[in-house]
Amino acid sequence: MEVNKLKEVKLFLGPQHPGMHGNYSVHMYVDGDIIKKARPMPGMLHRGFEKLMERKLWMSNMAIIPRICVIEPDINEMVYAMGVEALAGVEVPEKATWIRMMILEMARVATHLFALGGIGGPTGLYTSMYWAVAERDLILDLFEKLTGARVYHIFIVPGGVRKDLPEGFKTQLGTYLESLEKKLPEYQELLLKHPIIHTRSKDNILLPAEVVHELGVTGIGMRSATGKAYDLRKVKPYAFYDQVEFEVPTATYSDALTRIHLKFQEIQQSIRILKQIIEKMPDEGPVKAPIGTGNALKLRVPAGMVYTAVESTRGEYGYFIVSNGKEKPYRIAVRGASYPQGLLGIERYLPGHRIDDAPLWMDTMGVCSPEIDR
Amino acid sequence: MKQEKSMLSPLKAWKYLVKEPVTVSKKDIFVKPREAADRYRGFHVNEHDKCTGCGTCSEICPTDAINMIVLPDQPFVDGKKNERPAFDYGRCSFCGLCVDICTGDSLHMTKEYVHITPDVNQMYFMPDELGIHQKKFENGWLRDEVSELLDLERYEMKHEGVSRKSSFIEIVKGFSYEMALAESSRCVECGVCTQTCPAQMNIPEYIRTVYDGDLKKGIEWIYKTNPLANVCGRICTHKCESACVISNRGDAVAIRWLKRYIVDNTPMDQYEAGALAYVTEKTNGKVAIVGSGPSGLSCAYYLSTLGYEVDVYEKNALPGGVIRYGGPEYRLPEESVKKDILMIENAGVNFICNTELGKDISLETLEEKYDSVFLGIGFSYSRPLPIPGSDNHEVKFAIEFLGQARDYNRGLRAIPDISDEVIVIGGGNVAFDVARTLIRLQEEKYGKSSVAMAALEHREILPADLEEIEEGEEEGLKYSFGYGPQAIKVEDGIIKGLHVKKVLSIFDGEGRFNPSYDEEDQKIIPAKQVYIAIGQMANFDFFNEEMKNNIEFFRGKVKVNDNGQFDHYPWLFAGGDIVRGPDIINGVATGHDAAKAIDAYIRSK
Ligand code: SF4
Ligand code: SF4
Ligand code: SF4
Repeated sequence: MEVNKLKEVKLFLGPQHPGMHGNYSVHMYVDGDIIKKARPMPGMLHRGFEKLMERKLWMSNMAIIPRICVIEPDINEMVYAMGVEALAGVEVPEKATWIRMMILEMARVATHLFALGGIGGPTGLYTSMYWAVAERDLILDLFEKLTGARVYHIFIVPGGVRKDLPEGFKTQLGTYLESLEKKLPEYQELLLKHPIIHTRSKDNILLPAEVVHELGVTGIGMRSATGKAYDLRKVKPYAFYDQVEFEVPTATYSDALTRIHLKFQEIQQSIRILKQIIEKMPDEGPVKAPIGTGNALKLRVPAGMVYTAVESTRGEYGYFIVSNGKEKPYRIAVRGASYPQGLLGIERYLPGHRIDDAPLWMDTMGVCSPEIDR
Repeated sequence: MKQEKSMLSPLKAWKYLVKEPVTVSKKDIFVKPREAADRYRGFHVNEHDKCTGCGTCSEICPTDAINMIVLPDQPFVDGKKNERPAFDYGRCSFCGLCVDICTGDSLHMTKEYVHITPDVNQMYFMPDELGIHQKKFENGWLRDEVSELLDLERYEMKHEGVSRKSSFIEIVKGFSYEMALAESSRCVECGVCTQTCPAQMNIPEYIRTVYDGDLKKGIEWIYKTNPLANVCGRICTHKCESACVISNRGDAVAIRWLKRYIVDNTPMDQYEAGALAYVTEKTNGKVAIVGSGPSGLSCAYYLSTLGYEVDVYEKNALPGGVIRYGGPEYRLPEESVKKDILMIENAGVNFICNTELGKDISLETLEEKYDSVFLGIGFSYSRPLPIPGSDNHEVKFAIEFLGQARDYNRGLRAIPDISDEVIVIGGGNVAFDVARTLIRLQEEKYGKSSVAMAALEHREILPADLEEIEEGEEEGLKYSFGYGPQAIKVEDGIIKGLHVKKVLSIFDGEGRFNPSYDEEDQKIIPAKQVYIAIGQMANFDFFNEEMKNNIEFFRGKVKVNDNGQFDHYPWLFAGGDIVRGPDIINGVATGHDAAKAIDAYIRSK
């Protein structure tokens, strides 16, 4: 019995912050290099956003919410704005809607790149990390031009966006997309075909369809396991997603490699969408509609409740907003897309994997700690 | 996707070894910093001379990164507070909302990327034009009309059309609920206006009550500093609006009309409860107030709320002074005056009318009977114009005429004796009151109107409000601005017209009033009656000789200390016109100040 006790060792993954997976903590009980039991320890990034939002003005919240998802902040701005607009009965001008979609798709590319690069850490393939991060930086350059900030853009606001496109932006984006497209085959070689990646991810970290349904996983996780093209942009289109052509990549066998592939294909689809946005966006027209009267300090959102959601890189991302008609929200609840797999998923399905697969598990399952912690 | 055969194939990536890196090398961060985007939200700069100190930036700031710091050395000016924002970069999220809402158009963000310091205190600073590094950087994020977070356009109240001139119907209609709400939502609640208001009214507080729909609270806020709520909601000179910070980039908030909205729309029981909220228990002490104009009423109300026994002496038949006998009905309906005076009466003030100081009662008697006396006698006499012909019986004076017109409106007397062709001399608001009242009376009596106006000042420098000049023109006033009256042309005792000459200058080289005329440009403006409205003055005959010697007079006013007390006569106080010149809100303010001082005086006795 004493011997048995010694056999089990408790290991901590996180909460130091060495990369993408460390700001979340998992206590792993291991036997040899196999995880026997996993206890997710969320809260390292808990900043009380939901409560905080009840104490800030509707407009001031714009600067807080992007932080709920660090690498893909724009989805927060979008769902928040959509919710306020729904409650206030405001219609967003056409050009603003295209700009919003542009931002969302640029963010999707940047986030998928970041996640693909992130595979470099746990697999030892650091080149992919450097490449992807540098590539993402070029998108951040574009974001800086468009929104005035690199990471937290705070640009989509209730009613539209904060400024019109800067001079020549469409061309710059077009040029970048071409260069990215040219580079994609190299990523394929480096990542998708790489023997290391194959060894580590093929037939590893499985996500069967039953688990998807059991946990409520959405996004790539769901699509890779069930073969269903469940993507909010298709099934419940917001903005102008019903006016652009794109495909939703799916698969029926979800191992880590499949999910990496799907991410890669989504980048290709986003490029396709972005090109159509450049085509279709009108040159002229307003980019913001007024919400009520008065200054931003006095903004009151009509009483009511609404749930708005968008398709993030990790699945359905939504806000449930309750307004009592005052200058501050009454309650806002955030549905972080990776909540199901990030909490219950880790607890139930991380065991059985090898220690060194834990970060890979979190990466390819799309676990994003700030949106779980909020 | 198929796996590559060879483990070594990814080594192709090595070709990038010889390419330019996309990243900036560490040594270049300061030496060759990369250029930020044009709208980059870098570090804050604030043009201190444009900044109003309104603190709106600090209100919108999501991270509470902005503290407003008082700069005691900054001179006090209307429309500005002597505070400036300081930024805590340990908190700031660089959202730029502060820039987008800045009322003074003073706050911007530069293209600076990097601030490195081992000293945390250097993360907290007050930016001026040069910002955190005291070095000129190009501007990055600037507010534009899309990112604008203020509401710059005023929601206008409706005005009666020109047909108004045939009756005394009130010209400006009140705000509807929706409009009042919309207008109140434009205020940023900075309080810069309060600083400028002579009565220091709690303006943002009462505007807030409109936005919150709590009008009773609004009445309380108003009565805290001004018991002439109805009158000031209509005819206040609204100095606050010229100071309103929104007017830096748009239309000032319609502060006066919002006040009017509150007083017009609060149910009477709540109104009374609000207006009398400050009335306290009776205390020992009796005060006489001479004159029931704005300053007298204000002084009487506040003394009464403090519990004193207050008697107000009024020479006319009805209390109110200028608000009862001056302002015309189409701007200030009788109802409003009555409501204000009723509240003051309900606060416990006793009015003794038809009693004139110096005639019916002497100052000595008042001194004997009361603990303290307040003089709010106002400028209640018209200033004469000594030109040939001015002694004719058809030469009328503004104050007497306006009083008669009001009494006529009240049904207390017959229509004043007006002829069908008249001229008004003067270019101030009172002259317009006279002229526009004349139009209405003429329309009523003759079915048509013919009123001319002549003033020394030309149109651009006319003392009257622009609104008066424009509305008067709409109503058909015939202007001869920039023409000085020389004589009233009289034939056989009947006035034929006014002889005027073109004014070249009003003041001489030394700045003294000494008009010069263009002899080539003169004319006779036909008229059968002449109304003189060139100013008002007080009559100080009730002071005995000793007092006249001890009291300092200047420009028709008396000199008192800041709270209205006479140096030689601590029991005697004054306020209103005879202290600050004619202006209703100054009257209210000086009356309130004197009430506080009288309270202190009586307590110290
Ligand atoms: S940029 Fe945003 S967070 Fe920073 S001081 Fe301005 S309002 Fe506050
Ligand atoms: S909002 Fe602008 S004007 Fe007002 S205090 Fe801030 S910087 Fe100054
Ligand atoms: S009325 Fe104007 S100056 Fe007064 S508090 Fe409101 S915004 Fe500020």
